[in-house]
Amino acid sequence: MSDTTTPGPQTVTRVPRETAASEEAYLEVTDLQVQFPTADGLVRAVQGLSYSVPLRRTLAIVGESGSGKSVSSMAVLGLHDRKVARISGSIKVGGREVVGMSDKDLEGYRGGDAAMIFQDPQSSLHPYFTVGDQIVESYRAHHSVSKRKAKDRAIDMLGRVGIPNPRRRVDQYPHEFSGGMRQRAMIAMALVNDPKLLIADEPTTALDVTVQAQILDLIADLQRDFGSAVVFITHDLGVVAEIADDILVMYAGTAVEHGPVNKILGEPLHPYAWGLLESIPALTGEPQPLHPIPGSPPSLLAVPSGCPFHPRCEFKDRVPGDLCTTLKPDLISRTSDHGRTSRCHLKDPDRIFEIDVLPRLP
Amino acid sequence: MTTETTAKKSGVRSVPGAPLLELENVKMHFKTKGDGFLSRGTKWVQAVDGVDLTLKPGETLGLVGESGCGKSTTARLITRLLEPTNGQIRYQGVDIAHMSERQLRPYRREIQLIFQDPYSSLNPRHTVGTIVGTALRTHDMVAKSGELARVQELLEVVGLNPEHYNRYPHEFSGGQRQRIGIARALAARPKIIVADEPVSALDVSIQAQVMNLLENLRKELGIAFVFIAHDLGVVRHFCDRVAVMYLGRVVEEGPRDTLYEKPQHPYTQALLSAVPDIGVVRGVPPKNRIRLVGDVPSPVDPPSGCRFRTRCWKAQDICTTNDPALEEKAVGQRVACHFAEPPVESIVAEIA
Repeated sequence: MSDTTTPGPQTVTRVPRETAASEEAYLEVTDLQVQFPTADGLVRAVQGLSYSVPLRRTLAIVGESGSGKSVSSMAVLGLHDRKVARISGSIKVGGREVVGMSDKDLEGYRGGDAAMIFQDPQSSLHPYFTVGDQIVESYRAHHSVSKRKAKDRAIDMLGRVGIPNPRRRVDQYPHEFSGGMRQRAMIAMALVNDPKLLIADEPTTALDVTVQAQILDLIADLQRDFGSAVVFITHDLGVVAEIADDILVMYAGTAVEHGPVNKILGEPLHPYAWGLLESIPALTGEPQPLHPIPGSPPSLLAVPSGCPFHPRCEFKDRVPGDLCTTLKPDLISRTSDHGRTSRCHLKDPDRIFEIDVLPRLP
Repeated sequence: MTTETTAKKSGVRSVPGAPLLELENVKMHFKTKGDGFLSRGTKWVQAVDGVDLTLKPGETLGLVGESGCGKSTTARLITRLLEPTNGQIRYQGVDIAHMSERQLRPYRREIQLIFQDPYSSLNPRHTVGTIVGTALRTHDMVAKSGELARVQELLEVVGLNPEHYNRYPHEFSGGQRQRIGIARALAARPKIIVADEPVSALDVSIQAQVMNLLENLRKELGIAFVFIAHDLGVVRHFCDRVAVMYLGRVVEEGPRDTLYEKPQHPYTQALLSAVPDIGVVRGVPPKNRIRLVGDVPSPVDPPSGCRFRTRCWKAQDICTTNDPALEEKAVGQRVACHFAEPPVESIVAEIA
């Protein structure tokens, strides 16, 4: 008690990500459309989505429920049922076309070149098999090795994702793991085959904030080690700010803004992105009234004409005529900065942001 | 005044000068089946283990903590959906902790609950009119003839179209359903609303809409809130005071600004340092995040002494032997730690 120098906490600082020079894309999505015919009509879940991710880079896809962020990522892994979903466009992973790939080829591709981490580890791990068995199965599906060797690999992976005592843990069932450990186990399973492309669909949404921080660090560490391309789906802009290089904002099945993270979150050019920033309470300063986007996201059965955001947009009267309701804007660069694109008819979005939006930000 | 007469008629007793709500050493231990013969191994999950809290009229108290820390159990104790194993829950000075269902009736009206999941907390077979109307009828709030008018009034208050009273929950979006739940809670004209993660199931833009609604209700109707959330930004936005829970206990409690700017408990410091901050893109230097080791211990067999000591970098021998009491360390700020002190550097980096 008397000693005044109590040890300090173990701390980590997330280093700002260095922006690598633009490399060749590993994942390239071009004009992707995903539609689901239903009894109520055609659900246009994804409409004309294009983006690319090079190795060692992280792209965050941000949007609300029903914006098409999960549906498009499932298409990248070929997870949609052909009988239910109509997919067109192109998804190239390492030069290979995924749209229209045969089931047999998909089996080799999924879990090998590309893997996915899901939001809910509780429902993504089989309760009947041990964690080790599930990792072994994933490894042996892509490598012809003995069970013993595969199990060694599983133990190795569990250790790498930071599960204490992996030799004992490998024979335990998912219910014996805590939420954070289950998420780690699932990450171990996804990474067991050294995938070049990792899709993380809200991997930390179900987790507590201290565990979330650990998992985010883990994904970043593993990405550095494996050199993978990462697509990170989330709705938490704080998470995006800390882990992503680029960001793609989706609304009603289309990309509305795309570019480097500090640009898009620092000075966004699309009214929807403005609305998102105005909806998040700040962690410092006197709390200001929030300025949420009115209304709710549209049904994908009847996407509004023209710009899909126009019914909720407070700036549409600054666009001459009825352009917003009749013509869907293109996703092009709107300012002198050509590294970023947005989909909005507004003439000088950077000025509107500075004058009208910035003072309102929490 | 009408409030006094209705108070008498409603059967709610009160002690003059007592705080609106007071929890004293409240414990909730759940029995688990042990594996031994004749369940000799019966164990107790100490979900809430000695919580003290006070709520003044019109005040908002935030409860934060990670899953399993007992914040939802506390919500269910305050609303008396659970009967505590120990301790007192005093509403205006009257202990309601062990009241019978019959005695509780008038108090139920005063303390209402809003649930997290707007999908499972509304009966899909009932129209909105029935859902809100049932709350009115149960508590004899209006005459039968005036019921519809009051339902429509309530729908309007929460920002729904009053003409939609005969629709079913599935016809509404998540945010709208949460508004229906709020209208139902308001029907009883409560003095306290316990909101258990009311916005965490909603999308960001909808979340802000519902928060603004709650904020307006608080200002206009003067309702006191116990606001439970795991999102520290949301809690900061809405609450006057914040209590941090860990493993069934309150480890720190204080006015919002003190707690966010000068947290004294190591756990609060770790929790705040872990929140991802969008400020980094606006040039805020990345903060030093405190990395906690290990997992939260099981509430069946919590550590001796301080419950946080197994993950604490300050832990000494005294932490194993002596359970730190929740003591006032700064004005209005109570901390349960032997080594409580404000952080050396700012936890939440200042925006330049």
